[in-house]
Amino acid sequence: MTGAADMVIRIRGLENRFGPHVVHEGLDLDMRRGEVLGVVGGSGTGKSVLLRSIVGLRRPSAGRIEVFGEDMTGIDETRHAGIAARWGVMFQDGALFSSLTLRENVEVPLRAIDGLDPKTRRALADLKIAMVGLPPDAADTYPAELSGGMRKRAGLARALALDPEIVFLDEPTAGLDPIGASAFDRLMRDLVQALGLSVFLVTHDLDTLYALCDRVAVLAERRVLATGTLDDMLAVEHPWVRDYFHGPRGRAARRAPSGPGGR
Amino acid sequence: MATVEPEHPQGPVLALDGQIGLTDLDRLRRLLAGIGGAPRATVSLAGLQRLDCAAAWLLLAEQERLRQAGTELVIASVPPHALPLIEAVRANLDGAEAKPHRPLSPAMLLDRIGRRVADAGAFLRDLLQYLGLFAARLSNALRRPRSFHLTALVHHCEEVGLRAVPIVALMAFLIGVVLAFQGATQLRPFGAEIFVVELIAISILRELGILLTAIIVAGRTASAFTAAIGSMKMREEIDAMRTLRIDPADALVLPRLVALVITLPILGLVADVSGLIGGALMSWAELGISPAMFRTRLIEGTDPIHVVVGLVKAPVFALIIGIVGCRAGMQVGNSAESLGRMTSSAVVTAIFAVIVTDALFSILFAQVGL
Repeated sequence: MTGAADMVIRIRGLENRFGPHVVHEGLDLDMRRGEVLGVVGGSGTGKSVLLRSIVGLRRPSAGRIEVFGEDMTGIDETRHAGIAARWGVMFQDGALFSSLTLRENVEVPLRAIDGLDPKTRRALADLKIAMVGLPPDAADTYPAELSGGMRKRAGLARALALDPEIVFLDEPTAGLDPIGASAFDRLMRDLVQALGLSVFLVTHDLDTLYALCDRVAVLAERRVLATGTLDDMLAVEHPWVRDYFHGPRGRAARRAPSGPGGR
Repeated sequence: MATVEPEHPQGPVLALDGQIGLTDLDRLRRLLAGIGGAPRATVSLAGLQRLDCAAAWLLLAEQERLRQAGTELVIASVPPHALPLIEAVRANLDGAEAKPHRPLSPAMLLDRIGRRVADAGAFLRDLLQYLGLFAARLSNALRRPRSFHLTALVHHCEEVGLRAVPIVALMAFLIGVVLAFQGATQLRPFGAEIFVVELIAISILRELGILLTAIIVAGRTASAFTAAIGSMKMREEIDAMRTLRIDPADALVLPRLVALVITLPILGLVADVSGLIGGALMSWAELGISPAMFRTRLIEGTDPIHVVVGLVKAPVFALIIGIVGCRAGMQVGNSAESLGRMTSSAVVTAIFAVIVTDALFSILFAQVGL
């Protein structure tokens, strides 16, 4: 059941270097359709660099990245745009355009669709804003007037504007208080189910991992050190992985009621 | 993607299959309009492979619209994979109803104007407050010189004074050249070329030297003050200072203002000298007035009071520029956007205030007959 057709992302031999500093070397990673893949790793292991390489914000030094079976390295711009329309990216602080209201932000990707009249566009933007759990009157506010959690939700609404198949989330719960973070986890779980999303989730947050992820990929030593379910991770004998999943926070998150069986 | 069965006994049936999404909305809308009109119509989703939010929204919105028009639209045979999506969209449908815009009424306009005027008043009061703060901190520092941040003062003198010398000197030199050239062209037909010396001397010493210097410094230094203090404000460094019982006014504002008050008159003097040199060179080249003659004419024909009138304005300009710059820095919020906005507003305000003050000085000097 995990044939090549089910792979939405397939990375082979990825290499990223900044001058003499090697971030990734011989990195392999697969992501299946419909799964939530959590990517964890210590600071500086290049989680965000990996995300940026996949979505085309950074040209990798070497290696092959396939998304929906298409090689993304050396692809021409129109083909890339066609594939990019099938994914959405949510940046850490939402990365909303500060000169636009929330609704206008969500409308930005919709403007690229031909034959969509302004009224429909507006209604679809409002629908997405409602779906990420923002109140209707937030649509007319500017990003600066919102709290961090609301900006993240709005960033998610913009990422979901075109009903993407894959969503990339960069540290979705960083900077949120625990209540806001678990609310975001719940929201993501509902959306994944309702929209049938595949999610590439970069995070530090163990609670988010336990609440959302089907599989986890650990970045260390410039490559993907281990992949598997959270239970598999507990058996990995690597010092960082042990410290991460067996540390006090890891144990606490494992005991929490929103464990992997909670979906 | 669709087959229509108009003659079904239970009303027309629209069967959708394949993938339906954002780009098919127009077609879907037309298809749905085609089966409306009967008391009952059905949309069958049995063959649907993929449905996105936009299409689900359209189905539900049209269902509601048709209901109001007297047609019951049944959405039938929803495949299990599309069910959660349709439910999620249905649950959030109310949020998708757009609110009407509030039009701008005369009362709102009046309200806005009133707020602007009140803001302007508050701004002036704020500037006065900073002037008072500066005076208080300065007298404090004079009584207890050890509390004064001398290193910071020296640093800022170099930053706002020494480093501005090349640009100020070049600017004044060119102004002198331009004045001499223009004066020569205008005065030559009257045979009054020699008065070009007075023209240059009076205009540069009295007005242009110090005014243009102040404008350049306002652009250069007010923005630098705002950016430096503002970025510290953004990173909560100012709050950290307060918790460590360091007074930001002592540490940041006072040295900057004192440095400006010391260096701006010096920069003005530099501008005066280099403007006269530029004028003299151009007069020599254009009118054959030798530097020696220029010098004699300058000393005999120009009242030294002009220099005083010019330079006496310098400390006032310095205070204005410094206070506007420092205050704008303290007003920066916690976004990079507000830093940019305050920086450009500081420059505009400082230049404007300098020019207005210069006009007030002109009136004052005219009244007392200087």
